Amino acid sequence: MQSQATYNYKVVRQFAIMTVVWGIVGMLVGVIAAAQLVWPELNVLEWLGYGRLRPLHTNAVIFAFGGCALFATSYYVVQRTSHTSLFAPWLASLTFWGWQLVILLAVVTLPLGLTSGKEYAELEWPIDILIAVVWVSYAVVFFGTIAKRKVSHIYVANWFYGAFILAVALLHIVNSAAIPVSLTKSYSAYAGVQDAMIQWWYGHNAVGFFLTAGFLGMMYYFVPKQAERPVYSYRLSVVHFWALIFTYMWAGPHHLHYTALPDWTQSVGMLFSLILLAPSWGGMINGIMTLSGAWHKLRTDPILKFLITALSFYGMSTFEGPMMSVKTVNALSHYTDWTVGHVHSGALGWVAMISIGSVYFLLPRLYGKTEMYSVKLINAHFWVATIGVVLYIASMWIAGVMQGLMWRATNADGTLTYSFVEGVKASYPFWTIRLVGGLLFLAGMLIMFYNMVKTIAGQKAYDAPVLTPAHA
Amino acid sequence: MADFVSGFWNVYVMGLVALSLLFCVFILASNMTQREEGPVQLHGHVWDETIAEYNNPLPKWWLYLAWATVIFSIGYLVVFPGFGNRQGIFQWSAIGQYESEVAKAEERYAPIFNKYLEQDLLTVAADPEANAMGQRMFLTYCAQCHGSAAQGAKGFPNLTDDEWLHGGEPDTVKTTILGGRMGVMPPFGPALGAEGVKDVANYVRSLSGLASDSLRAQRGQELFAQNCVACHGAEGKGNQALGAPDLTNKSWLYGSSEATIIETVTNGRVNQMPAFKEFLGDAKVHLLAAYVLSLNKK
Repeated sequence: MQSQATYNYKVVRQFAIMTVVWGIVGMLVGVIAAAQLVWPELNVLEWLGYGRLRPLHTNAVIFAFGGCALFATSYYVVQRTSHTSLFAPWLASLTFWGWQLVILLAVVTLPLGLTSGKEYAELEWPIDILIAVVWVSYAVVFFGTIAKRKVSHIYVANWFYGAFILAVALLHIVNSAAIPVSLTKSYSAYAGVQDAMIQWWYGHNAVGFFLTAGFLGMMYYFVPKQAERPVYSYRLSVVHFWALIFTYMWAGPHHLHYTALPDWTQSVGMLFSLILLAPSWGGMINGIMTLSGAWHKLRTDPILKFLITALSFYGMSTFEGPMMSVKTVNALSHYTDWTVGHVHSGALGWVAMISIGSVYFLLPRLYGKTEMYSVKLINAHFWVATIGVVLYIASMWIAGVMQGLMWRATNADGTLTYSFVEGVKASYPFWTIRLVGGLLFLAGMLIMFYNMVKTIAGQKAYDAPVLTPAHA
Repeated sequence: MADFVSGFWNVYVMGLVALSLLFCVFILASNMTQREEGPVQLHGHVWDETIAEYNNPLPKWWLYLAWATVIFSIGYLVVFPGFGNRQGIFQWSAIGQYESEVAKAEERYAPIFNKYLEQDLLTVAADPEANAMGQRMFLTYCAQCHGSAAQGAKGFPNLTDDEWLHGGEPDTVKTTILGGRMGVMPPFGPALGAEGVKDVANYVRSLSGLASDSLRAQRGQELFAQNCVACHGAEGKGNQALGAPDLTNKSWLYGSSEATIIETVTNGRVNQMPAFKEFLGDAKVHLLAAYVLSLNKK
């Protein structure tokens, strides 16, 4: 029996399109910031100096680009795998407009220098409250939809999305607790090293839940869909889900090695970061092995290329992360560009690529088509993006290790061999290569934008009918 | 926020860490299934038409990897701090490691620096080896303000021009580095008014032969005599005991344009050279002072 009701695709369409738009904006700001490192004279206006643009870049790519991708895909996936339309569609619509307002406020306040000074949580308290409202609404829509599902089992993608939504609510509310002194200024509710610990408990779990769990949810739907193969192992998905969710919460202290943070906290942070290696790889294995028996599809399907390359980068950066959390490695890598390279192998290689692949899957289906306007352009996007990521990461690895070694080099009398500025000077060639990598990645997004416009142009929005579950 | 000083937290942390590790052990131990004979079965649910799941067992190498990290962690907590307040068998601590590294460095490097303490500053300043050491330290500790070539920047004195705010005698230079300096010029904007400030600025410019409005300079001279001579002296030659700059030479800390001088006189200036005695110790400062002196020999 085919019901006449349709899935709510409207909010999915809105978020999917804004994913591409904010991706371009966020990466453009990143490219400008990268150029400012190569040519410091580009820091012309105080509002557009490196120090103001850098948080704008991180907020735009993580919360605007990544956030919209997560909203779009989770609303799509939760409906399709629950075989029911969205719960409280008006509230879903509110999350869209609310989230766009948050982003616009970020675009205005960060260049003005209004910041709480907490990395990845810079927005001031009124915006934080708005985020909390939007986020709670998101949770209501998502879990409301789960609650009215027409299948008994909740598909694994929804566990990951659900964990991401719950954890981010917790993280955001605890870390953003602050005492306002005016509409645009507040001070953290915590002080000293406790403030630092809470900030990095938040910071690393933003990586763990926002940038990992959420995107694993995406992976668990779009990889088997696009590969047309069953997921490799149900058991592995259970094990790595619980292990990941459980251990990520401990990992924050590795951002504060060799600081005033107590030794025990640093040790425990390092150990649970190491333990995270296997659970993280569980997701990679489950994704990549899903392709077994269908490897040939990689040759012809650029969407699958995006998804599987994303998983490869995910595997690589979740190997690198635990290694960097080891104190002796961290002593070399901390404060260098190695960290920047690591973040981008995750952010560009994993988060962006899995999102791009998923949005390419989504867009035609949201407009009643089966394919994007040009598959060739998707392929071009894939190669431009991949070369961009590789240039970015490789240059930052070299620059980072070089900086770490230069900073610790000493002469026979114990004085430093290199002054700080010599390390800066030596980094210029690599910063230039990084800029090229970033430009390539941005160029890929522009190709995607063109392809998106061509796909949508003249097409009517399409809402697919709600399907009856297979074993109902 | 209160510090967590109660003994309860020790037990609390131990409990949480132990539970977390036990959870990892539990989840691995309860999933050590073997591959069964025959084709792998689907788990039995289908979502959205096509999505299904195989129920492959966990890959062996993956399980071993997971076990290895858990076992390593337990071992680590035995020997290193991390399990509540336990220090661990190695009795390691970050502060302990720091102190032992500093002590080792002190033992190894202190004699290299201390031998110069017995020589007077000018002798050290003439020693190329000592100057090379001094320069390396200068690039680490001083270049941020005074520049790599020690030629200063706006607000930071040039150390190569033989003009001294606080005195260029060897011992004075060393005193400056050891104890730091505060330079304070009070604001005269309210007392002199905009016109008065402009007059004084013109007079100040005339002192070092810079172009000035002679009428303003003449008026400014009177104001200077009433307000500025206490520090800068009747002839504007400054006073090194107070750190008051000589206004008759070509050396300008903030700039010699009329606008800059007006800004200086109107708002005053506050400047600070930090003290390095506690940070670097006498021997290193001795070498740094000698290096700075050597810059003025050429």
